[in-house]
Amino acid sequence: MPKRTDIHSILIIGSGPIVIGQACEFDYSGTQACRVLREEGYRVILANSNPATIMTDPDFADATYIEPLTPEVVAGIIERERPDAVLPTMGGQTALNIAMTLFERGLVGVPGTPELIGANAEAISTAEDRGKFKQAMIEIGLGVPASGIAHDMDQARLVIAEIGLPCIIRPAYILGGRGTGIASTMAEFEQLASNGIDASPIQEILIETSIAGWKEYELEVMRDRMDNCVIICSIENFDPMGVHTGDSITVAPAQTLSDVEYQKMRDAALACIRRVGVETGGSNVQFAVNPATGEQVVIEMNPRVSRSSALASKATGFPIAKIAAKLAIGYTLDEIPNDITKMTPASFEPSIDYVVTKIPRWAFEKLPGTTGILGTQMQSVGEAMAIGRTFPESLQKGLRSLEQGRFGLNCDPAEGQFDEQSDDALLHSISIPTPDRIFQIGELLHRKVSIERIHEACKVYPWFLDQMSIITDEREALSELAGAELTRPQWKRAKRLGFSDAQLAYLWGTAETEVRAAREAAGVLPTYKTVDTCAAEFNAETPYHYSTYEDENEVRPSDKPKVIILGSGPNRIGQGIEFDYCCVHASFSLRDAGFETVMINCNPETVSTDYDTSDRLYFEPLTKEDVLNVIAAETAASGGVAPKVIVSLGGQTPLKLSGELPVELIAGTSPKSIDLAEDREKWAVLCESLRIPQPPGGTALDLEQALQIVDTVGFPVLVRPSYVLGGRGMQIVHDRNHLARAMAELSGYGSLGKEGGLSAERPVLIDRFLEDATEVDVDAVRDHTGEVLIGGVMEHVEEAGVHSGDSACAIPPQTLSAWVVEVIEAYTRSIASALDVRGLINVQYAVLGTTVYVIEANPRASRTVPFVAKATGVALAKVATRVMLGATLAELRIEGLLVEPVTGGHVSVKEAVLPFSRFPEVDTALGPEMRSTGEVMGIDATFGKAFFKAELAAGTVLPTSGTVFLSLADGDKPAGIVVARRLREMGLGIAATSGTADYLGRFGIMVDQLVGKLSEGADVTAVDLIAAGEVTFVINTPQGRGGRTDGEQIRKSANVHRVSSVTTIAAALAAVQGLSEHANQAIEVRTLQEYHAR
Amino acid sequence: MSITQAALVLADGSMFEGEAIGAVPPSGIASGEVVFNTVLSGYQEVMTDPSYAGQIITFTAPHIGNYGVSPIDFESRKPFCRGVIVRDLARRESNYRSDEHLDAMLTRYGIAGIAGIDTRRLTRLLRDTGAMSGAFGTADFVALQAAAVNEPGTDGIDLVAQVTTPAAYTVGSTVNGAGHKIVAYDFGIKYSIVDHLATLGEVTVVPASTTAAEVLAMSPTGVFLSNGPGDPAEVTYAVDAIRELVGQVPIFGICLGHQLLSRALGGSTYKLPFGHHGGNHPVMHLANGRVEITSQNHNFCVDAESLGDAVEVTHVNLNDNTNEGMWVKGEAAFSVQYHPEASPGPHDANYLFGVFDEMMSNPTDWRAKPQIWRETPMRVAGLPAGEHPDPAITDDADTKA
Repeated sequence: MPKRTDIHSILIIGSGPIVIGQACEFDYSGTQACRVLREEGYRVILANSNPATIMTDPDFADATYIEPLTPEVVAGIIERERPDAVLPTMGGQTALNIAMTLFERGLVGVPGTPELIGANAEAISTAEDRGKFKQAMIEIGLGVPASGIAHDMDQARLVIAEIGLPCIIRPAYILGGRGTGIASTMAEFEQLASNGIDASPIQEILIETSIAGWKEYELEVMRDRMDNCVIICSIENFDPMGVHTGDSITVAPAQTLSDVEYQKMRDAALACIRRVGVETGGSNVQFAVNPATGEQVVIEMNPRVSRSSALASKATGFPIAKIAAKLAIGYTLDEIPNDITKMTPASFEPSIDYVVTKIPRWAFEKLPGTTGILGTQMQSVGEAMAIGRTFPESLQKGLRSLEQGRFGLNCDPAEGQFDEQSDDALLHSISIPTPDRIFQIGELLHRKVSIERIHEACKVYPWFLDQMSIITDEREALSELAGAELTRPQWKRAKRLGFSDAQLAYLWGTAETEVRAAREAAGVLPTYKTVDTCAAEFNAETPYHYSTYEDENEVRPSDKPKVIILGSGPNRIGQGIEFDYCCVHASFSLRDAGFETVMINCNPETVSTDYDTSDRLYFEPLTKEDVLNVIAAETAASGGVAPKVIVSLGGQTPLKLSGELPVELIAGTSPKSIDLAEDREKWAVLCESLRIPQPPGGTALDLEQALQIVDTVGFPVLVRPSYVLGGRGMQIVHDRNHLARAMAELSGYGSLGKEGGLSAERPVLIDRFLEDATEVDVDAVRDHTGEVLIGGVMEHVEEAGVHSGDSACAIPPQTLSAWVVEVIEAYTRSIASALDVRGLINVQYAVLGTTVYVIEANPRASRTVPFVAKATGVALAKVATRVMLGATLAELRIEGLLVEPVTGGHVSVKEAVLPFSRFPEVDTALGPEMRSTGEVMGIDATFGKAFFKAELAAGTVLPTSGTVFLSLADGDKPAGIVVARRLREMGLGIAATSGTADYLGRFGIMVDQLVGKLSEGADVTAVDLIAAGEVTFVINTPQGRGGRTDGEQIRKSANVHRVSSVTTIAAALAAVQGLSEHANQAIEVRTLQEYHAR
Repeated sequence: MSITQAALVLADGSMFEGEAIGAVPPSGIASGEVVFNTVLSGYQEVMTDPSYAGQIITFTAPHIGNYGVSPIDFESRKPFCRGVIVRDLARRESNYRSDEHLDAMLTRYGIAGIAGIDTRRLTRLLRDTGAMSGAFGTADFVALQAAAVNEPGTDGIDLVAQVTTPAAYTVGSTVNGAGHKIVAYDFGIKYSIVDHLATLGEVTVVPASTTAAEVLAMSPTGVFLSNGPGDPAEVTYAVDAIRELVGQVPIFGICLGHQLLSRALGGSTYKLPFGHHGGNHPVMHLANGRVEITSQNHNFCVDAESLGDAVEVTHVNLNDNTNEGMWVKGEAAFSVQYHPEASPGPHDANYLFGVFDEMMSNPTDWRAKPQIWRETPMRVAGLPAGEHPDPAITDDADTKA
């Protein structure tokens, strides 16, 4: 059946900022959809608020709206563009929810409005409404856990009386299991049920019998409009039911189902997609299986592409989102060729001849107060995927891909943490799922504790435990070979089980380089196999490789000049999609320039690991061993010519490797310069020679040295480790006791050691903290002739002290004088030249009065590169990449790649998106440690309007009516006068604490309600008002240090009750400016293409 | 677990190193025609499918044996394959359905295997050069290569005679009111086919050499032609019998049965380069344009052109456009190349047993222009695994679990 010709324009709704439960996978799917639909000749309109995505590059759609993803704004886009159809299945839960709201308002999916393609409203509601879904499954004879629906606590209590404890509570229409939990006691039940009702946008929860401990599976299904259905991939969870799939270690394909059981599940999945009525596209269906009886129940289904479909696409080579987009416009599966084999159609079920393991990565260390216990609500911020021929190999590769200082399944220095723990203690630990559980199980197996006992404690299926014990048994055998010369079969056996050279070095007490040398001398080198969808049945055209230790290497020779791009690994706070964006741009621009591009990365969510992005893809851990292996393989494939390697675009991950790679291969700025910028002493000397002021400070290896520095520069000081991103461990220290605590954490093998990358040789940096300074970020590119291109100067909204990643910022700067900006640009040029930068550099400044201090410089891509590109229309990452490979800016101007930036006419604001709604126990006050997971962008004619949009996009609802609660630190009170006066002018009510109210009263501003202090046992506290829903917005700024308890409770309360809040006075000022400029007018939308028009 | 080094050598001299698993073969050598199967689950059903007689099965899925072996998943009384090649044999199996470890099952039935093999390299080789003879075991390279070269393979050999039941046996209907009387030719029939047929009525499984007259004397409402191993051209006695049966009684054929029906109609068959062995092959049902994901296991294939106007092609393989099914024009007779009984594999095509049911009930209508392909819904239904009463067990020394 040919594609539809009755529709011409299609609106794709993206997923907005990266949040827990919704990450880069929707950039991957949306980018594929945009590409496919444009190739097919449709006019593509895209709505997404996230500037760090590839999909929002102006090249990927005809009309790109970087606008807040709210139903109203999307309705405005529809009004302006009048698309024929809306594709809501590519943008995760965000896009589905918006589509449903618009449908309910009669704006899509009904006659005379754009058609919903991919999934219609009926299908979406059947899948998403938990009660409806259960009913539908029962109708077609599928098993479901006993359950009931509740909309309030009375109903909830009735349900629980019927089904009994333990039970699981799942709010309807939520993503990533937010608000979900298992209750074993009535007290837990009351708490979870009421939180769940709050979390659901329709105040609905499903309460069902807990089947914790059952085996968990997921099938990825595709269906076309001829009702052809195929299963793309089966996924089995290592962690049994009770841990959210997004927080589980998962394995593809399913390993422990007999064909009889698997086909039964397949039949059920097909029946499910047919009953729900997803007409075209991909869905996933989750199952639980009773390990004792084989009983199967359906847990849930998502009528859209998902995190799992991204994983399944990477795991099989079958591009689900791309095919789903084609199905949505009317093609059938048999009409679409399989991209990889070219000769066979997409209407088949991939067969794979390897094992894929996905392992999540969490960020509990950045969220003090969290327990680190995993449950039915997703908490991980990223994931790594690894491919091996067997489960042990892929598991060990996956664990070292996490970049948390682990070399595999233990057998590394970090395993020492278990030394003091008894078997019983460890057995108890594994009964509670945590990020460490896999290593604890490994340790127990190493101690020869029986699989039965381990299974009893953690319920992980025995097959997986036995496979892990093959690793630990082999370790024992290998340890006996210390000092001996291994035979080729012995080497091969170890490597086939995934042992890294680093593990063997630890085991044998030798150096990794020596292990490598001995292994290579024995002729044991990795072989690269191909991911081809068909287990080698047909010839594969796509060079998508993974390493293993087998007989045959499938890397094909080629004599084009090659460039390897090192990706950024699993997402984490501080290193996410922005760096993937840079790597993808590098690949695109180098391919256009005639290079053959080779990507190495291990993050299955990303665009960089799409086999279409680069000429060659290696799905490999980003460790020294694995990267050197790829370099060697590609060198061999190029007849001995080594490829160039790009290390400066993937964030800290590749940068940390740069010192381990042959220096002559590194493209762009030399590792020496990178080190010069990181080395505190040399950097200070450099700045002095350039006459650029720095905050006074120094470096310390221990507390004594730290105290010496403080004696000179005075408190407060900013304390931070070197070589980290995202302000990990960064603190503002006000006194000696605090300094002692900070040094204990940061120096040597402190608690941060296990996160990797920190070592005793790397000192702690201590600088005088500049209070109330304005922070400024600059991204620039310098070429080998010395020309420096200033990409963008960004003024932060929040003052210095809030991590730049958590701070809002604006292009162009809003309060800085023109001469200050010029000084900043001059300093940037001077620093870039002094460091002999070839490519990108990011410099951070603090402006205090008339002095511009340089805080730090990093000769690499920064988090703000995509934002700058979207704000100015200059493809900064592409330009920088070409410069790294030797092009000059002048040449790129002639070529047309480098264009003049678009200045004037609009203001762009970037705002950070924080994960606090998932962590009610965490204080939401911002600080020097970064905690945001993603970002959004607002663009409009003025700063106020752009800021308003950015806040809306970030989910911070600025109040247009109701009462605002104000509680300000003393230093913030003068600015509070302005804030309060604006709120009054806009007709908003004000509640305030006595101190704030008293202060405002002196300046003639009356508050409506006085609120007592919690700590003083007042009758009516802010927490009461927030809980009662009497406050629509909270402005609470922390009081320097100490005395934070009241404020902390207020902020936590606002977080729990989903009342938006700001925690800095700068943000409050920006908010009132935004509100007054917005002045209740409808938001005007405009495309990026219009903003960039020259 | 102690490791016994072993090697696999193909007729072209390619060598693969591995470890011996399963039974110890006579003089340390097992030989046969090496084929690969791409199913992700269902190793037990594959190994016990008699169609693999004379062949060594390479599994492309790296982990084999994970969920053990279940007595109800046997597809025949014992494995007839010559050996198995895997990347990794599970050290420990886990599944509530499992009765024993795969290695124990292989040993019990005298099937040798080799593990640790780069099965992907082997598959790529077979894909590019076609199915090849091979030998594996603990013998030295020279002995193994000699065995591989001397291995006759499956061409020109009547393998059916080695696997068919020596005596007829009857399986009662498993569904109340299912009243057909089906005679099923056992050319190497899978139990799951018998199970499916038994939902339609009483099934009498007869030896491959049974004549048409003997079959007709049983006055069946339908005759089923089973799957089986090897070259259809060598099973001339069956072709003769089928020729006499066409027009006398409704006929349904699967796999080898499809090829034999074609030959009985005067058509020809040919050998595919490396065959179809897997559970993911897309087949287009031409009448309604829908795609079935099918279970396949065949090296030989029907040349539809050679049948001229005698048949209407009903199903085509979308990977390589080979013939997958036909209706004999003017007759209540049809057959498919693939396996609608699945086991292992998807259930997409089990509607074909419904087609046979209706055809037997109303042969006259189905002889005229049948609407079968248009009107038959795709049914998705599992079949309860049945017992497999099989008197033929007595001819083997081994016993079933």
